[in-house]
Amino acid sequence: MSVARRLPPVDVVIVGFGWTGSIVAKELADTGLQVLAIERGEFRDTIPDFSPTFIQDELRYAVRNSIFEEPHRETLTFRNDMRQDALPMRHLGSFRPGSGAGGAGVHWNGQTWRFLPTDFQLRSHITQRYGAKFIPADMTIQDWGVTYDELEPCYDRFEYLCGISGKAGNVAGKMQEGGNPFEAPRKRDYPLPPLKRSAATVLFDKAAREAGFHPFPCPAANTSKPYKNIYGVQMGQCTYCGYCEWFGCGNYSKSSPQACVFPALLGRDNFELRTRSEVLRVNLDSTGKRATGVTYVDTMGREFEQPAGLVVMCAYAQHNVHLLLLSRIGEPYDPVANKGVVGRNYAYQITSSVDVFVDDILNPFMGAGALGQGVDDFNGDLFDHGPQGFIGGGYLALWTTGGRPILQNHVPKGTPKWGSAFKRALAENYLKSASIATHGSVMSYRDAYLDLDPTYRDVYGNPMLRLTFDYHANEHRMSDFLTERATDIAKAMRPRALHAKKREGRYSIVPYQTTHNTGGAIMGTDPRTSVVNRYLQVWDVPNMFVMGACLFPQNAGYNPTGTVGALTYWGVDAMKRYLRNPAPLVSA
Amino acid sequence: MASLSRRNLLKAAAVAPAAAVVPLRLLVDVDTARAAAPNYAQPPERFLTTAEVSFVEAAVARIIPADDLGPGAKEAGVATFIDRQLAGPYGRAERWYMQGPWRHGEKEQGYQLKLTPAELYRAAIADIDAHVRAQHGNKTFAELDAGAQDGVLHALEDGKLELPHASADAFFTMLVQNTVEGFLADPLYGGNRDFIGWKLVGFPGPRYNYVEEIEQHGKRYDKPFVSIGGRDAAVDQA
Repeated sequence: MSVARRLPPVDVVIVGFGWTGSIVAKELADTGLQVLAIERGEFRDTIPDFSPTFIQDELRYAVRNSIFEEPHRETLTFRNDMRQDALPMRHLGSFRPGSGAGGAGVHWNGQTWRFLPTDFQLRSHITQRYGAKFIPADMTIQDWGVTYDELEPCYDRFEYLCGISGKAGNVAGKMQEGGNPFEAPRKRDYPLPPLKRSAATVLFDKAAREAGFHPFPCPAANTSKPYKNIYGVQMGQCTYCGYCEWFGCGNYSKSSPQACVFPALLGRDNFELRTRSEVLRVNLDSTGKRATGVTYVDTMGREFEQPAGLVVMCAYAQHNVHLLLLSRIGEPYDPVANKGVVGRNYAYQITSSVDVFVDDILNPFMGAGALGQGVDDFNGDLFDHGPQGFIGGGYLALWTTGGRPILQNHVPKGTPKWGSAFKRALAENYLKSASIATHGSVMSYRDAYLDLDPTYRDVYGNPMLRLTFDYHANEHRMSDFLTERATDIAKAMRPRALHAKKREGRYSIVPYQTTHNTGGAIMGTDPRTSVVNRYLQVWDVPNMFVMGACLFPQNAGYNPTGTVGALTYWGVDAMKRYLRNPAPLVSA
Repeated sequence: MASLSRRNLLKAAAVAPAAAVVPLRLLVDVDTARAAAPNYAQPPERFLTTAEVSFVEAAVARIIPADDLGPGAKEAGVATFIDRQLAGPYGRAERWYMQGPWRHGEKEQGYQLKLTPAELYRAAIADIDAHVRAQHGNKTFAELDAGAQDGVLHALEDGKLELPHASADAFFTMLVQNTVEGFLADPLYGGNRDFIGWKLVGFPGPRYNYVEEIEQHGKRYDKPFVSIGGRDAAVDQA
């Protein structure tokens, strides 16, 4: 092994430069510290990387995955259960992590939610309402150690960073006409009004009301009007071009690190971004209680040791976990002994859809990533789960994210996959169909976890991360329930045909489902069952913090980015306190 | 020629190595040049042999046929699209993890073949043509009539035709997927010629601004078709 060249120390080193890394960098650079962010991928900015003259290319981006993580450099192995041999995910499928500056914050849709208060206290809430026996023995859900009320100001900051378009349903306990009546109280309304409505979302809204539900415009990180954010960065107005998810936005109107943070951060004397540099491990001193910095490798294969006073892990969820395992920080989780913490409580989400085929022209190609009407009646614990016999929930929504024809066409049930009948179905339905999505929570379980693979290695010769995961009966029951409610709405749309697509069978790594991987480095109040304390500080290594969805003890029924953003502000406030008085923020 | 020389300049900049420890301010110029030269217009390289092109042309003509609704995948240039895709990074599985050990996994674990997409086409086409020659008096797949071709495709789809050197299921899935891609991708990739695919379904191409139109519910959008590589009916012929 080559000897790493030792570089001059910095105050803060940040591993990964997506949403969480760029926010942490901006906030800590504001305090005058010397901040360095290390990013494995390339530098990317709105112009020229996302220019509208070429970014609207479905084949290049959405089909050939050209701005996502490249499995030939980094992937994981997967199996459904501990009896199987895990095999590599050879190309992207079920989820699509980002790579490069901005991370997955470049190619997301912008669906930006708050979790419910009970989501953060799930185990104690379920125990109190339904009794401890309601929780299956192998379900390892737990409380987060932070409450919604504590996070509310942090959600607010992230929403005003992004310029979220939406309509409040509950401002400080006062219900608001037109918003989500089930949302937790917020201090103030969203910064921008809701997006314009597509034809399909209007049909959905009417049908959902007929079905007795409470539809509302979903909160969107697509700016409905020009907006200047909390860092003074100017954003533009969304043009509904229909190329959000899988694409960068060349119009400054989809919130991203590039559109919202970079202009206020890049070019400062006390901030540096080092791209094409991959962190291999976090280094500890001889006590094992203090991080001394990180070791990274550049594109030439040269290793560098970067000393730092504070290490902040801001890579994608499973990559943070992988780095913790490779760095031997925290005890690896052992599902047999049910001991250890790193890799524990991996979770995901469970999705399904109901396609509707109508007589009207819907022009699906006019859309935006988070243009949707939602129904939140069946999320979290907003309804009585006693008779249902499952835990969790999710939202139903009709999103008009776009009408990219290769991946976003719908054909009626029973249509052959090829031939004249297939061609006719394409021609007759592309303009006259839409899909209602269900977006359901996934609980954590003893046998769903991340560890190091015994066989397969990455390009650096390190063991790959191994994912062991399957859907449990609880999740299938919950998802079937949501699919039935979505079918209620679909029927009320009075379509000429509908196709309910339940999520059936075992979890598969093949079809795209969602890039909402969570857990593995979870937060909590007990060092025996969490990697970081409630301030996101590593229990064993106080000068190290972890950001991102790897913190979630289980996954909720909402897209995670809003909560990831809120936790980032929560964590960065704690880092500022730590830097004034370097000590554990919670005594173990 | 101005654009050509500019492209060469950008190409030169793109291969300049960027040392990882150079501060961002210096890196930006190199990165800017790299990204400003989008690689969407892949050079029209070929992978398939003449015989393989005949197979692919015949197969895509059955997957999306010319019929009373208009031209199909063959007329839309989908064989050219597939040939170019197989000659490029997709055909070479450049982004895929292609290291061993190679094991046969469960279907939930996804693609585990040692073959790249280009290799899978080559192996499967040879196997299918060998099978067809044996069954149909030494005729190739391309020489069969449409009904017999459909029979072979159905046998692949239904798992009734096993191939000695390739997975029939993986090949058939890939062939259908690539045909739909070529029919509905931007014309600059060689398929969807004259917007045949987009005109069939009613997708007007990548357009930039629907701020007014999005609220005109139920109204057919009738502006000319556009693509990244150019547009249709730029001059009014009337």
